[in-house]
Formats: sequence, C-alpha cells, structure tokens
Amino acid sequence: MSRVRVLVGTRKGAFVLTADAKREQWDVTGPHFGGWEIYHLKGSPADPNRLYASQSSGWFGQVIQRSSDGGRTWETVGNKFSYDGATGTHQWYDGTPHPWEFARVWHLEPSATDPDTVYAGVEDAALFRTTDGGQSWYELPGLRTHRSAPSWQPGAGGMCLHTIILDPSHPGRIFVAISAAGAFRTDDAGKTWQPINRGLRSEGIPDPYAQVGHCVHRIAMHRSRPGVLFMQKHWDVMRSDDAGESWREVSGDLPSDFGFPIDVHAHEPDTVYVVPIKSDSEHYPPDGRLRVYRSRTGGNEWEALTHGLPQRHCYVNVLRDAMAVDSLDPCGVYVGTTGGQVYASADAGDRWAPIVRDLPAVVSVEVQTLP
Amino acid sequence: MIRIVLPAHLRTLARVDGEVKVAVAEPVTLRAALDALEAAYPMLRGTIRDQVTQQRRAFLRFFACELDLSHESPDAALPEAVATGAEPLLVIGAMAGG
Repeated sequence: MSRVRVLVGTRKGAFVLTADAKREQWDVTGPHFGGWEIYHLKGSPADPNRLYASQSSGWFGQVIQRSSDGGRTWETVGNKFSYDGATGTHQWYDGTPHPWEFARVWHLEPSATDPDTVYAGVEDAALFRTTDGGQSWYELPGLRTHRSAPSWQPGAGGMCLHTIILDPSHPGRIFVAISAAGAFRTDDAGKTWQPINRGLRSEGIPDPYAQVGHCVHRIAMHRSRPGVLFMQKHWDVMRSDDAGESWREVSGDLPSDFGFPIDVHAHEPDTVYVVPIKSDSEHYPPDGRLRVYRSRTGGNEWEALTHGLPQRHCYVNVLRDAMAVDSLDPCGVYVGTTGGQVYASADAGDRWAPIVRDLPAVVSVEVQTLP
Repeated sequence: MIRIVLPAHLRTLARVDGEVKVAVAEPVTLRAALDALEAAYPMLRGTIRDQVTQQRRAFLRFFACELDLSHESPDAALPEAVATGAEPLLVIGAMAGG
C-alpha cells in the first residue's frame, strides 16, 4: 500500500509525518535539529530515501543535512556557499549599493534523475548546485551577474531565491523566482537567464510594468504541462501559457489576491490552490477564517475550501513554501501555518484535518508519495 | 591538548558531550585552535567562522581565563593556561533572541 511522508520545516526544527494512503493516522517524528531554523527540506525523486535539509541559525550560520534513510538518521554535508568571482552589488533597502552577502539557503530542489544533484536557492539571491550529494556547492553565476542584478532589491524577508522549478520536458530549462527581483528563466542549464515578468503589474515600484523588481512569492507548474505556470505575486495571482513569456491575471473572484503559496493538483493541471491573505501589512486570512481556495478552471473562478479549517479567530499565515500536494488518488493537499498547524486534505481539498496542531511556526511543507 | 567548550547547539552538531580536546601545535593561537577543532569535527566548519571570510560570526564570542579574546588577532598567542590545558577556551553564543 502506498504511503506519504510529509517533511515539515519550522522555526525550531524539522518534523517528519508519515501515514498510509488513507492519510488518517499519522506518525510524527522530530524535532530533528531542534532549535535551528529549517527553511526547507525535500526528498530526491530519484531516490525517495535521500533527503536534504537546510538548517540555519542567526548564531551559527548555514548547515546542510542529508539523510539516506528517509529521515531517520542524518549527516552533515558541505555548507560552503561561495559566490563565483566578484560579488558586485545590488540595491539595499534605502537604494544604496550593497555587496552580495550569503545569508542562508531558502530552497533545495533535487534533480528528478540524480539523487546527488541538487539546486539551492540562497539569500542574497543566487543559484547553487551540487553534483556530489551536497559535499560541494558551486554557483551558477549567470543569474547573479545578469545585467539587471545591480538594480535588484530585497523584499522584507531578504533578497532570497525561493522558487526553483526544473522543467521536465526541457533538460536545460529552469525557472526561478526572487523576492523582490521577479521571475527568471534559463534555457541553457543556467549559463544565461532572462527575466520573465511581462504582464506583471506592481504598484510598489516606480514603473509598475518594469522588467524586474516584482515581488514574486511563488510559482507552480504541473509536470504534464510545463509551459503553463501559475504565480502568486505579492498581490495578484497570475498565469502564463508560454513558459513565462507573458502573464495574465487570474485572481478573479478571490477575496484577496495577496498571498504566499500556490500549487497545482497532482492529476488535474487546471486545478490550482492558493491561500488568500488579507494584505501585505496584515499577514493573516481575511475575516479571521483560514480558507484554501481552489480553481478548477486554471484561475479566475475560485471556490473556498473551509471544511475542517478554522473559521473564526484565525490569524495565522501560510508561507510560500508551506503548501504541497501528494500524487495519490484522490490528490492530497497539505498546508502548514505560522501557528504550528499542518492541515491535510485527502480529497483534493474538500475536507481538512490537522495532522499536528502545536509545532513551531511552519516555514515549509513538502510531501513524498512512497510505494 | 587544549580544551574547548562549545555552545549546546554545536555540541549537538558535533555529537559530543562536554568539553572537546584537540591537539594544537605551537604556537597555540585562536586560529590554530579553531583549525584543529574544525579538522577534528568538520561539521563545525562555517558555524564559528564564516566559511568564506573566516571572520568570527557576529553572535559568537571567545572567552578564556576571564578575558574576552573576541577582538584579539586570531594569530595572537592564547593564554598560557589555555595552551597547557589548565583552562578551557570558551566559545559563547550571544544570549539574545529566541
């Protein structure tokens, strides 16, 4: 019988939640790396027992952990993230030039085919790769040295590269997103990059339609249709049907189009999930009601999913990496909150139940569907 | 052998209890002590000194013999009592935040 393994990163450690395909009875282990911030952990599609975790601390910096047994035991691997060549400058919050400084790894994206190859999105924004299981990391400097990079500015959470999507149909094509520079695509495995922000409109920058400078919060893709991308921008939910060449807004009838995560149903490429948040200065759900919204039409028409989610006095947030879907049938959907709850739906979002209620603030949620 | 006392999170990371003892060749400096520590416990690389700049992390301090050595040159000799193992070198995490 199939199983699922949910990998949860929190402000004070990592947790591993496992269940069979019914997704009703859960086994919880953790905290792993107690007391450390775990921005992200993710398993290799090529070897599901191979996991990688980004462990960091304001005191002790960045550590990368690797597991070869599905998260039961861990070993430290390489943590040297050295920018390639001259670091140059980006804009600081006050608009002055500021040198690139490595702070932490926000996102780890293992290769679909090689468990030893992993991409890392870091703050200050850059893309790194390992091909030896994390022992050594090398920057793909073409992104950080893009001609627009001196104009990039950090978002409130830092200038982070937080989204990495490896296109399954074009081996050299990678999509990334940076707060607050925008979305970028390479078609040559990271040598050269182009901004893919045409159609985005952001009120908070001098030119609302600028080529770069948009605060993209998350991008999602369905593997069967890699030319179609969905984006949760700071404000606005967007869709591209041409691999990011152009975007159109699909916020439609959402109660708020501000939010962080976005994801796509495992078997229905036009079924999309978001979690509306009231505003950028009030990081909690509208009306104190936690509602996941689902569109079955690829955007514009959205339905509130509320069954089992708190519908009064709820003021948590769901961060950009804290939503995931499994590939069982029916598709499971998972969200983690800054209040420490991880909610699961085993029926594509119709009904929800908490797996755990009292973890530290959840930063990331990933799911593995295991045979 | 010199004795080094690590903060709790680094003891966990290094999978050690209590003090760590490492052999350091003369002259016994802070740099030599940390180099020896990281050679014996590679998982500590980057956690006390930045991996690239080798600068002390901002929220850590080095104490010994009731002295704050954090701002001394890393190539200055550590106190004789540390070099002989009579006193430990303390790596201290700032008591700040959560």
